[in-house]
Amino acid sequence: MAVEKMALAKAINESLRRALETDPKVLVMGEDVGKLGGVFRVTDGLQKDFGESRVIDTPLAESGIVGTAIGLALRGYRPVVEIQFDGFVFPAYDQIVTQLAKMHARSLGKVKLPVVVRIPYGGGIGAVEHHSESPEALFAHVSGLKVVSPSNAGDAYWMMQQAIQSDDPVIFFEPKRRYWDKAEVNTEAIPGPLHKARVVREGTDLTLVAYGPMVKLCQEVADAAAEEGRSLEILDLRSVSPLDFDSIQASVEKTRRLVVVHEAPVFFGSGAEIAARITERCFYHLEAPVLRVGGYHAPYPPARLEEEYLPGLDRVLDAVDRSLAY
Amino acid sequence: MTVESTAARTTRRSAGTTGGTAGKRTTAKSTAAKKPAAAKKSPSGEPELVQLLTPEGKRVKSAAYDKYVTGITPEDLRGLYRDMVLTRRFDAEATSLQRQGELGLWASLLGQEAAQIGSGRATREDDYVFPTYREHGVAWCRGVDPTNLLGMFRGVNNGGWDPNSNNFHLYTIVIGSQTLHATGYAMGVAKDGADSAVIAYFGDGASSQGDVAESFTFSAVYNAPVVFFCQNNQWAISEPTERQTRVPLYQRAQGYGFPGVRVDGNDVLACLAVTRWALERARGGEGPTLVEAYTYRMGAHTTSDDPSKYRADEEREAWEAKDPILRLRRYLEASNHADEGFFAELEAESEALGKRVREAVRAMPDPDHFAIFENVYADGHALVDEERAQFAAYQASFADGEGA
Repeated sequence: MAVEKMALAKAINESLRRALETDPKVLVMGEDVGKLGGVFRVTDGLQKDFGESRVIDTPLAESGIVGTAIGLALRGYRPVVEIQFDGFVFPAYDQIVTQLAKMHARSLGKVKLPVVVRIPYGGGIGAVEHHSESPEALFAHVSGLKVVSPSNAGDAYWMMQQAIQSDDPVIFFEPKRRYWDKAEVNTEAIPGPLHKARVVREGTDLTLVAYGPMVKLCQEVADAAAEEGRSLEILDLRSVSPLDFDSIQASVEKTRRLVVVHEAPVFFGSGAEIAARITERCFYHLEAPVLRVGGYHAPYPPARLEEEYLPGLDRVLDAVDRSLAY
Repeated sequence: MTVESTAARTTRRSAGTTGGTAGKRTTAKSTAAKKPAAAKKSPSGEPELVQLLTPEGKRVKSAAYDKYVTGITPEDLRGLYRDMVLTRRFDAEATSLQRQGELGLWASLLGQEAAQIGSGRATREDDYVFPTYREHGVAWCRGVDPTNLLGMFRGVNNGGWDPNSNNFHLYTIVIGSQTLHATGYAMGVAKDGADSAVIAYFGDGASSQGDVAESFTFSAVYNAPVVFFCQNNQWAISEPTERQTRVPLYQRAQGYGFPGVRVDGNDVLACLAVTRWALERARGGEGPTLVEAYTYRMGAHTTSDDPSKYRADEEREAWEAKDPILRLRRYLEASNHADEGFFAELEAESEALGKRVREAVRAMPDPDHFAIFENVYADGHALVDEERAQFAAYQASFADGEGA
């Protein structure tokens, strides 16, 4: 069946299954990805069907997971590794930044590292510390890496296919609070380019830019704004690096106002890069400064406070009002 | 084995010593903490230090390792000698070139020729080598043109050779990272059902890094065909081995469930034999091995440090007496395996190599400006394309101004 409604986690599972079936060089690696199927069950059933040599339970060592994946890639494999949670990627950060990202350039193109690093990220699930962070800007700042995040099941399915087929390392941020959201997945579709933003909703008064978990929120914001007679356009970036500035520019030239929404701290975040570049590109089109809504410059708070920390409906609507007031 | 006393002398910088010959200087460098006594036997049951050639160039027997060098001919021995001499000559030339401002930095291997040539010559063509940044002798054994090693030190590239041409990976500067790459590669070798092996080089300082510990864990768990070749050259920049470990490094392997062996790193024959043994174990599906080549870095860590600030001249002099090249020369001469003509010819060959290296470095062109943007991504990236175009426009603005 080509079109099926499924949860985002299931879509990634189906995508990994397809990759494992199609290419014998694809491997799935990580802590608990085998029998357990991962703590979010994203890899459920894969080891049963593809065996322990294709779906590999690893020791509890993130640097080891990424470092050995690099070695496997050098041998011709295409590893898809799972980092169990966002805050646990940092032991592997050295391997990702100093090795994975740079080896292609250092070898003058002789070496390719088709490694996908899957990271369930973001908050909103009431977790303990180190389980709710959004470190995408730390990776987007590093040349040699691609950084993407799907917002829905259909994109998740196809973006994972594209990430695995990419000869570049891809950091694949999965919005964990959307894992259980269902959407249609067309497994026979012809997907657009991995880095291309998608217009989720057309509008005329203001552009909302988001990716991953915040796209759904922006849809709720646009619904609420519509009741007040405001027409908001929503852009789902899908990719943080590269970033589709052309699509943002086209939208801003139409609406003349831009609000960027992400869960990560605003300071030095992806919203800052978008604001700066769009100001350069669209200075004479803008009716208001580019505004950002995101996390604070503070450690991710305990779960009982996360609703205050995370961008919610009212905070985004407030930014929309401020923009429209100029 | 008849080398207990030599072993004791050679191991005197380790945590504890095996005999009473530990020099008075050892205490001068050691930490105040009481050190645990080193085990006299390795997990494989061998004496602590495997040695086939004494510093005086006398051949000694090893029940376990002689069989790995039984077929070795006088010509092979002369070949090992030639490798060491030419590698040292190359290294000396690079050091001079740094002093003359032709290279930004150099990491000398002076003193470690036997460890590198012995282990490097033990590898097979289809084996894969993951070096750190000092493995010039191993690169030589793998057939990498030595002038290619100099590009990164001159600042014209960050690599300089195609790793797959010689199965010799790029130098890795972050300490210990490559041990994980080697382990992953070896896991791939095992998956492929190939019978080749992988060897990862690192130093005593790197043994403190988490990545090295993780590579031991992964390789043991997956029984990966990898040999960890630690060149314990006694110093991690200015930090002595005592700052890295309280037990002899080779003994670490036991805790991970694979054998560790300490070999006299200044004995090319012993390094050849022990590495052959370890590589054969890997090829035979017996998993990883840790080889600790006990040696000495006679020069600085790199040309930017000054060993006189952290170690005494007497220490270097003591190790010079165990010089790996001198040792093999004594053996070649005593056994009439080489005549004066051989040494004279090699001297001329050395000078020719030095000249070739010197000329090659000076002739190395600066990279094209646009190399900044090349190969950042395999598939391309919009931001790189945009910045390349901006850079091109900026460059072109100068060209126009000059009427070019």
